[in-house]
Amino acid sequence: MSVTTIGEYDFPSSDVVGNFHGNFMVHVLWDSHLMFAAPVSLPLPPAMPFAALTGEVLPQIYGKHPDWPRIDWAQARWELDGVPFQPDPGASLGDQGIGHKSLLRFSTPGLDGLYGAGF
Amino acid sequence: MNVAANHTRPRKLNLKERYNHLTRGLDWDFSYQPKEKVFPFSDYEGIKIHDWDAFEDPFRLTMDAYWKFQAEKERKLYAVIDSFSQNNGQVNLSDARYVNALKLFITGISPLEYAAHRGYAHVGRHFPGVGPRIACQMQSIDELRHAQTQIHTISHFNKFFDGMHDPWHMYDRVWYLSVPKSFFDDAMSAGPFEFLTAISFSFEYVLTSLLFVPFMSGAAFNGDMATVTFGFSAQSDESRHMTLGLEIIKFMLEQDEANVPIVQKWIDKWFWRGFRLLSIVAMMTDYILPKKVMSWRESWEMYFEQAGGALFRDLSRYGITLPKYHEMATAGKDHISHQTWATFYQYTHAAAFHTWTPSDAEKAWFTEKYPDSFAQYYGPRFDHWEKQQASGDRFSNDGLPMICQVCTIPAIFTEVEDPTRISLRSCEHNGEKYHFCSDGCRDIFLDEPEKYVQAMLPVSQIFQGQCGGAGLSEVLDWYHLNQGADNCDHLESRDAAMWEQWHRSGKDPA
Repeated sequence: MSVTTIGEYDFPSSDVVGNFHGNFMVHVLWDSHLMFAAPVSLPLPPAMPFAALTGEVLPQIYGKHPDWPRIDWAQARWELDGVPFQPDPGASLGDQGIGHKSLLRFSTPGLDGLYGAGF
Repeated sequence: MNVAANHTRPRKLNLKERYNHLTRGLDWDFSYQPKEKVFPFSDYEGIKIHDWDAFEDPFRLTMDAYWKFQAEKERKLYAVIDSFSQNNGQVNLSDARYVNALKLFITGISPLEYAAHRGYAHVGRHFPGVGPRIACQMQSIDELRHAQTQIHTISHFNKFFDGMHDPWHMYDRVWYLSVPKSFFDDAMSAGPFEFLTAISFSFEYVLTSLLFVPFMSGAAFNGDMATVTFGFSAQSDESRHMTLGLEIIKFMLEQDEANVPIVQKWIDKWFWRGFRLLSIVAMMTDYILPKKVMSWRESWEMYFEQAGGALFRDLSRYGITLPKYHEMATAGKDHISHQTWATFYQYTHAAAFHTWTPSDAEKAWFTEKYPDSFAQYYGPRFDHWEKQQASGDRFSNDGLPMICQVCTIPAIFTEVEDPTRISLRSCEHNGEKYHFCSDGCRDIFLDEPEKYVQAMLPVSQIFQGQCGGAGLSEVLDWYHLNQGADNCDHLESRDAAMWEQWHRSGKDPA
């Protein structure tokens, strides 16, 4: 469908990649850890290696959770935009298909949050 | 001058006759311009009207009667506001935490009253039929009066409590206020028929009790007689607004069968947008009011499941069904207030009102009112945060949340079948990805993607450098949020300290 209007109506998206000063906006969600209410949005350079995301960026957010230091990254399961995904820690985000407004969703089997409540 | 005076006075017209003259007799046809140029917005939405005079306004209010009623209500309201302020009524509230409901009201609801004033002024010009035009013009004036009386009522609290000093500026900028703002901007940028379906019917008729009952009964329960009186003063207007909502829906449905699917689509859309907007009210009902009126769950059951159920049974003779995803909204009644409060709790540093963990008595009340969810999913989080705060490490979330493209709420809601799994939906449009909190929001996007690709999502705007700077402190300055006063936990707030001082000394504030 398209918008009901009185005339032609065609404007660019507010969040086109060009508005982000060379970064991608990437969304990340750690499943079963609702201490963090929603996925987080991050402005990331496409050339950043994946290992920097898990090793430097995400600890600043998720490091407060007691499960965080116990994560075995070899066991983590990833989805990129709804499709199972095997990240390459050494490759850049952009080179492995992580794009502007991509959603990275991961779970850590055995580490399912606190109190049996996915917290 | 030399005509003999006529001494037989004409019979005075009754109210109905005067109303008929106002809405039928005074209209005129246009000879210099075709009708479609005078009313350029009347046809493009696809709604077919064959007889505008068939619109019946059961209130049949004329302008002279309108001014008289309103003036009387104003006199009463301002007498109460004056007396509340002269007697330092704020000291007799149930608790300082209550005032956070007013902070949400003045920043999130009062600007909507003003937006409604603008919206009804617009449609009050653009309907070809005089009956709906007059009803909309009166509502436009009502809404302006509501915005004004709310400002006057709440300005007294602004002398003592933080967070209420710049509501109109905050409405345009603060991240969570994008939720009410985008709701109304969406309605105002639609055509006149959709606007009335959105605001008059879905919001004023179907969902309004869920908003006003907790706020106004909440004010009464918590000792705020000024706000209660404002509520009474608005109430008779609201019943007129609700009637307009129902009448305009019936009018569209009766005028042409082809209108039915269009109206149903709008009802589906605006029910879902309204339900999402009410998450803030759900949180206020359950968490902010120190003395509880009823739980959000009870409120939803009474005002949507029962009252709304009856309404839609009545509309079924036109072929209208309950709004799409109503069962998902109903499933949410056990969760949304807790999820929303937990979100504001962790982003308390960026909000212009205070948050706190519920007391033991409140937790017991939640456990009783939410037997299927609180003890299992939500009690443990607040216990955890309470302990953490007691050890001097009050929890906050240092990341910025992903925002739904349509409702503009962070994606905090969970799947119906699993309250530990965040609900996310997405799509691609013109090669760009878009994310949503629910099927309801994604459906709205897919129906009119060109409209929603332009949404100003608060987190994206920060990353784009549109919000005063990259650091949190710069963004909060840009919001006009008075840092260290308006934001953060109630326990550490100036509001709480002032309250403590008033009640420890037993003296009225100077």
